[in-house]
Amino acid sequence: MTDATVQPGAEGRPVKSGSLLEQDARTKRRNAAEARFKFYGMAAVGIGVIFLILLLVSIVRNGVPAFTQTFVTVPIYLPEDKLDKSGVRDPDVMRKVTTFGYAPLLDDALVTKLEDNGIEMPFAKPSKLRDMVSSSAAAQVRDTVLANPDLIGQTVDFKLLASSRVDGYMKGRVTRESLARDKNLDAEHLDIVDQLHELGTLERSFNWAFIFGSDASESRPEQAGLGVSMVGSLFMMIVVLVLSLPIGVAASIYLEEFAPKNRWTDLIEVNISNLAAVPSIVFGILGLAVFIQFAHLPMSAPLVGGLVLTLMTLPTIIISTRASLKAVPPSIRDAALGVGASKMQSVFHHVLPLAMPGILTGTILGLAQALGETAPLLLIGMVGFIASNMPDGVAAGFLSPNSAMPAQIYEWAKRADPAYYERAWGGIIILLVFLMTMNIIAILLRRRFERRW
Amino acid sequence: MYDSPKSETAVQHAIKIAANKVQVYYGDTHAIKDVDVRIEDKTVTAFIGPSGCGKSTFLRTLNRMNDTIDICRVEGEILLDGENIYDKRVDPVQLRAKVGMVFQKPNPFPKSIYDNIAYGPRIHGLAKTKADLDDIVEKSLRRGAIWNEVKDRLHAPGTGLSGGQQQRLCIARAVATEPEVLLMDEPCSALDPIATGQVEELIDELRESYSVVIVTHSMQQAARVSQKTAFFHLGNLVEFGETSQIFTNPKDPRTESYITGRIG
Repeated sequence: MTDATVQPGAEGRPVKSGSLLEQDARTKRRNAAEARFKFYGMAAVGIGVIFLILLLVSIVRNGVPAFTQTFVTVPIYLPEDKLDKSGVRDPDVMRKVTTFGYAPLLDDALVTKLEDNGIEMPFAKPSKLRDMVSSSAAAQVRDTVLANPDLIGQTVDFKLLASSRVDGYMKGRVTRESLARDKNLDAEHLDIVDQLHELGTLERSFNWAFIFGSDASESRPEQAGLGVSMVGSLFMMIVVLVLSLPIGVAASIYLEEFAPKNRWTDLIEVNISNLAAVPSIVFGILGLAVFIQFAHLPMSAPLVGGLVLTLMTLPTIIISTRASLKAVPPSIRDAALGVGASKMQSVFHHVLPLAMPGILTGTILGLAQALGETAPLLLIGMVGFIASNMPDGVAAGFLSPNSAMPAQIYEWAKRADPAYYERAWGGIIILLVFLMTMNIIAILLRRRFERRW
Repeated sequence: MYDSPKSETAVQHAIKIAANKVQVYYGDTHAIKDVDVRIEDKTVTAFIGPSGCGKSTFLRTLNRMNDTIDICRVEGEILLDGENIYDKRVDPVQLRAKVGMVFQKPNPFPKSIYDNIAYGPRIHGLAKTKADLDDIVEKSLRRGAIWNEVKDRLHAPGTGLSGGQQQRLCIARAVATEPEVLLMDEPCSALDPIATGQVEELIDELRESYSVVIVTHSMQQAARVSQKTAFFHLGNLVEFGETSQIFTNPKDPRTESYITGRIG
């Protein structure tokens, strides 16, 4: 009652203005402030959601066409006099006939196809027709013949990749107008394509080779796939997991449970937190200097990529592991020590099992981050070449040059052909599917093993 | 107001723990000053005193649980059966197997009831066979006066029990390693009166086999369960003697003020 600002009422008690059914000015202002704050929050969330939707829609719209590919099915006659003059069907002898020997067969087959279906042949040179199929087509026929020499002398149906321009036309990316400035294909080709499409000879279908195949040269985007770089990423992730989980967990347990609290451990702690924020390209140049230039590990190898990504992932794993160790109530440690367990027994029998879900969640998220990391891979040379071969074995998987998913996507995005642009978006979809799977596993782990004390 | 302690006979038991001039420091804080105390075997000794007087700290020096606190330093000697437990050669882990502890808040391991009890015997190699271990578990749970309540669900999680049951489980767990001394740090402070009664009854039974040291905030509890009482104030051991004497005829004016409710 000593508050001077409150007017005393008739009985000397402070008078609170009016009825409870009406808000006073102060309450109104406070409620308005709260409403405004809620609105800001909702607006912020809304903006975030809109961007997310825009991102997903554009990725899906640009990337989904990469999963289908146009194929031309033509019967090709495989003459013995051209492919195997010796007649012994020995693949080693037949290897002397290069793809140049096979190319005319394609021309003949296409010309025959047009004649049989009454399609007008607009070009003087039959080889002009070959522009409609991928330049890998002759190699595809040759590989089939070498694998199965008995096919010689027969007419075999081949499902050939259409060239990227034809594929682009089928997907609406290429038009007759845009071909005017393009030397690779003419408008007349598209007339043939239309007619072949009506016949069912030329069709778009799902392209498994995009997911499981290997990269192709710049001029053959229709042939390029993400498979080899996926294998590269897999080997890299194995290196990261095998190195960063034990090192990270051991370091965290030591720091959290055993290390004395002094200036040195404080310094180490601060530095680990800082390392988590170091740009990944810095780790890349460190890897280049240490692993390649100093240790002479093979360039572009998933082993080196894995080592660099391990350095990058370690702080993440250490921080999340320490957080989950900290979250285990100290009473559990006391209980274990109280029945005569040693420090190590109390940690390994009681604390670690309780912290495990958190540790695994952190590890998976760290791996997911490493899986999508591109910058360090640029510096250790995992881009700039064509990852065209699957590794020969496990050792080669670690040591021979390979690409990785994000590096492959970067590589495609950099190439001139718009067909590669489409493939880059498609690669992003595959990468996102992997990341989402890992995140979902992390969430499930957390849900499944979450404990309440 | 205070019940007379159950053991009226002033039987002199063997000295189990002897503390001589014990000093405990937390960093620069002198938490325990010059404490001398004799804890007898097969006796319940209660530590009472206002909050922050150092009774829990002193209790934790008896099985070197203070070692886990970096800044804590102990001087003086504490003899367990004549051996200084702060000797460099003493491994605190071995010590804690002899001096068991029950904590303020029930803290069962988030494992089955069986595993809670079996953990100590397992790490100390007390059971050679599964049957031995089963025996130890049953015996300990019976000693903890909880066997009848949990015998049908030994493999249910220990954390699923009620608070009082959890605390008795923790006592059974401490007993399972066959300690010689049992330290209890306010074991009933998180329990309701009925559970408290059960635990107090249990403490009285445990006296037959162990030397029990209990820290308590409740003077009634100290009077009910203990034969000896030590009154701590501001880090000093003010008075130590027969419980009946402390509560009826305290020698020190500070003890009198505390038990009559004038300080603390």
